Formats: sequence, structure tokens, C-alpha cells
Amino acid sequence: MQRQGVVVSLQPSMTSNPLALCPESGHEKPLVFPLSQSAETMAYRIQGETGEWEVVIGLEVHAQVISNAKLFSGAATAFGAAPNSQVSFVDAGFPGMLPVINEFCVQQAIKTGLGLKAQINLRSVFDRKNYFYADLPSGYQISQFKQPIVGEGTIILDLADGATREVGIERLHLEMDAGKSLHDQHPSKTYVDLNRAGVALMEIVSKPDMRSPEEAVAYVRKLRTIVRYLGTCDGNMDEGSMRCDINVSVRRPGGPLGTRTETKNVNSMRFMHAAIEYEAQRQIELIEEGGVVVQETRLWDTAKGVTRSMRSKEEAHDYRYFPDPDLLPLVIEQELVDQIKASLPELPDDKKARFMEQYKLPSYDAGVLVAEKARGDFYEEVARGRDPKVAANFVIGDLLGALNKTGKDITESPISAADLGGLIDLIADNTISGRLAKDVFALMLETGKSAAVIVDEKGLRQVTDTGAIDAVIAQVMDANPDKVAEYRSGKDKLFGFFVGQVMKASQGKANPALVNEILAVKLKG
Amino acid sequence: MSQDKATLDAKTVAKIAHLARIKVPAEEQEHLAGELNKLLDWVEQLGEVDTDGVEPMTSVAAQTLRRRPDIVNDGGYPDKVVSNATDATEHFFSVPKVVE
Repeated sequence: MQRQGVVVSLQPSMTSNPLALCPESGHEKPLVFPLSQSAETMAYRIQGETGEWEVVIGLEVHAQVISNAKLFSGAATAFGAAPNSQVSFVDAGFPGMLPVINEFCVQQAIKTGLGLKAQINLRSVFDRKNYFYADLPSGYQISQFKQPIVGEGTIILDLADGATREVGIERLHLEMDAGKSLHDQHPSKTYVDLNRAGVALMEIVSKPDMRSPEEAVAYVRKLRTIVRYLGTCDGNMDEGSMRCDINVSVRRPGGPLGTRTETKNVNSMRFMHAAIEYEAQRQIELIEEGGVVVQETRLWDTAKGVTRSMRSKEEAHDYRYFPDPDLLPLVIEQELVDQIKASLPELPDDKKARFMEQYKLPSYDAGVLVAEKARGDFYEEVARGRDPKVAANFVIGDLLGALNKTGKDITESPISAADLGGLIDLIADNTISGRLAKDVFALMLETGKSAAVIVDEKGLRQVTDTGAIDAVIAQVMDANPDKVAEYRSGKDKLFGFFVGQVMKASQGKANPALVNEILAVKLKG
Repeated sequence: MSQDKATLDAKTVAKIAHLARIKVPAEEQEHLAGELNKLLDWVEQLGEVDTDGVEPMTSVAAQTLRRRPDIVNDGGYPDKVVSNATDATEHFFSVPKVVE
């Protein structure tokens, strides 16, 4: 396919690197937009041969509900069990078997809906979505069509520059998952494992409110954060417990909506970004060459990095939904909703606001710290009774940066929150300098020992004895009589040289403030 | 609903049959379309009943959806699950290769 003349332009300086939005990418601060830029000029645009195009994105996220048993049967949901060992006759679609709903899955859906500030529908209906596929033994998926359990809500995206943007939630409904097909085990056969069949899913549908791959990634990231805070889905994209279908269309900026395609099978944020970029460019090229975008289901091909048409799914769009006669409408009591609401944990947006208020942190720092609940907890323990900004710098800049390099998350940190706090205390009471603290931090990371133990073992305790500092300064001045003379004749810039030499001679242990103070006096002569 | 008579043609019958994976030979499709149209006309008579303000009936008995606690008490019998399969390998169902 020709890709000439299609250039992605981002104005004025938004990066197209998906990791730019990624708190895991550590402490690097993204570029901050000048305040004078209006939202309009910051928009993501694709430059085609005939002008600029805007991308419109809506997402359908399938989030696997955390529960012991399946949505309509008593079989287990654990990942990675032996084939068909977690399958009941209900899941296998045996004749005469009746589904009975798992009340905990219903509660989890309500909880998620409340976390998305969404309307909870006290009455919802399960429908059959009919299609034939080898991993769907009953020939229909039990889902919710016209009357979902959760209606409209909102989600707030945290963007790379610390800005936020609201995206609408259209609905959330409960449905059962299908089984898993394995295509690579046999040359002419597909193997089917029904362990996943019947596991509860929440399909969370956004409004078509996103306008760039970055926003789409930020949406999934935020949704993942929320469900993990709530404990309703583990958000593990590798194991398929969060999967994403992406609706993409293109239009002239602000113009009428174009025809959309739906890309399935996108199982990482990186692929999501790539799939949206590819699909938008494909559509633009098609339109500019005089073609028409066909509303269809497409598949993201991870190996080739392209989307391609899933012809087999086209006719399957005729799902012939009808209310499942095996299931009465699901009626829930307002008291249950109130009870769940009262039990909600502090959610990421609230925690972020609190961190900004209580610890006076900038939006970006607060956003990084609340992205994982464990991270926020860790930070709060470090910050307790200490300078919150210093604590944030150590947690974000040093610790998360180091953990990110080794692919660990904060729960696997070799340095405990108490020990990191101990390090900060040693700086605060002048036991070590900020400069030396970086070395101590590196040793803590390596050995898991506390800062105090390392400082004692290595003899790193800062020299605050003025007599000792005097001696080192005298030594340095004696060794550099020419520099002393130059300084005294007006070359002020040499002051830094002397500080450096003194620090070096003291092996970094001299208190820098004292060194500066005494040097200034001594050099004057 | 509609005043127009719902009409199915042979082509639609073929499509429905395919979606339901029921084999209907071409020579039977025209006849079946007639049969189905008669059924539709018959059901269409319900449209004459005034249902304004009447709640849709979801059950003949006044009952609510039965719920189940989140307890694992089923599964663990892969032999039985694949017992009716025409082809099974190591407790997997084995089917002709389906791509996508």
C-alpha cells in the first residue's frame, strides 16, 4: 500500500510516543504547552493530500469481572487451568441446562458503574446474541442489549501535560465470555477450550469522544486504574482480562462524522496506538483516492502491524437479539446500590485532587502517584511527616524510574516506604548531602539495606565539623595558588571550581552549605 | 406496528436459514417463504390489541430472578464435557481449522 503524502502532524508539540502518557515511563516530564495555546490548536490532525483530517475514536472495552465463579454457572474462573477443567454443563451448552446469575458479578458491575459516575439501572434485561462459532457452544452469548445494567457516565483522562479531558461513557453491560480457540496446535484443526466460556465480562462502551491515539490510550489507562482501584477487574491485558475493540472514523475537522470501522483483537496499549494510526491513515488514503470506507469489522494483525477486513464476521452482524427466556429481568434494590456506594474506596480522581491539595503536588506528579493504588499508599507513607515534594521526587524520579528499568511495580520495590523515608530524614538532618543521597539510594536499591546502615557501613556521614572543612579548604587553596590569585583578581566564576575540589577532596562528605560559606570567607583572603 | 404486510422472499429465507445453520434446499425456499409469511400474518394480529399502559409480561408467575452466591461448586469433569464431541484431543474439543 502506498503511504506517500500521509503525514501525521501534531500541533504544536504533542508527542506521538504512546509512552509519553505512561506514568510507568517514569519521571521524564512531557513538554508543557504554552498557556496561550487554545485547545483547538493542540488538536491531533493528519495531513492528507487534500487537506487536514480529524480522527474520531470510540472504544468498547471488555473487562473480565473478578469473581470466583462464572456469571451463570458455578464453575471456577481462574486463569491457566487444564483444558475444559473449569466448565459446567451450563457453560458447555448442554441441552436443558439453565443459567443462574452470580449475584457478586452483579455487584461488581454496579460498583464499576458507580466508579464511572454512571447511572445504575435498577431494572436490566439479558438478551441472547446469536451467532455460530466453535468456541460458543450454545450458539448464543447471553448479553444485555436494550436495557443494560449501567447507563451513561464519565471518565476523566489524565493527559501528558497534566491537563485533563472528559470522555463520556455510553453504557456498561454484563455478558458472558466465549471459549478460547487455539489455532496453532495442529496443522488442520482448531482446539477449543471452554474454561473461559461463561466468565463474566463488563462491556464498557465509550462515546465517540476521543480525537487522537494518545487520548484513546489515556482512556484505557484510566479505565484500568479505576477498575483496579475498585477490585472489579485486574486489568491484565496480557492475560486477556481487558480487551479492546476500537471504532475509528475520519472526517474534516469539525465536519460530519465519517463511516467507522471496528478493529478487534487489540490487546495492548501500544498496539492500540498503532492500530488507530494505521486505520486512520488507511481510511484517509481510501477516501482521497475516491474510495468509500465500508462499515466493517477489522482485525489487528500484530505481526504485520496492519488492520485487515474480517470477512467472516460480516454476516455475523445480524445477531438477532431477543430477551433470554431462561432469565427474568434483573431487578436490583436501591438499597444495594447505596450500600455499594458507601463502600467505594477513594477513587483515583479524588485521590489526585487530595494529593494536589494536601501535599501541594503539581497535577502531573499527583497523576503519576495515583495511577496505581499501591503507589499512592507507598507515597503517603514516605511523605508522612516529611517534605511532600521531596518525597514525591524520590518516589517518582528515583524509585519509579529505577523500578521501570527492571520492569517491576512498586509492590516489588526492594526499598520499603519506611526506608525511603529514612533516607529523606538523613538529608533533612544534614547527616548526608542531597548529592550523596543519590549514591545511598543506589546502594539501597542494590542491597535492600536501610539508608542509616549504608551510611554507617560506608562512612558516608556528612562532615559538619568546621575545623575539618577548614583543613580541606586550606589544602585545596595551597594546591592551587594560581587559581586563588585569579579568583582574587576578579574571576568569580572560579568559585564553583573550588567548591568542586573541596567536595572531591572530602569524598563528597563535606556539608555543601558549610563549604560554600567558609570558602567565600577564605577566598576573600 | 406496520400496516404493510410483512413479507419474506425466498432470498431472506435463505439468509435466515444460513444464519441458523439449517439446510434449506433452493426448491423449498419459495414454499417456506409462504409458510413463514402466514405465520407472520397470524402473529401480526396481536398488533390490533391496545397495549397502551400495559407492562410487558416477563413471566407467567410473579417471581424475580433467582441469584446464586459467588461460590465454585461445579466443573472439574473435562471427560464429561468432551464426552459427546466427535473429536477431542487431550480434553480439547477439536474442530476443523477456523481462522479469525
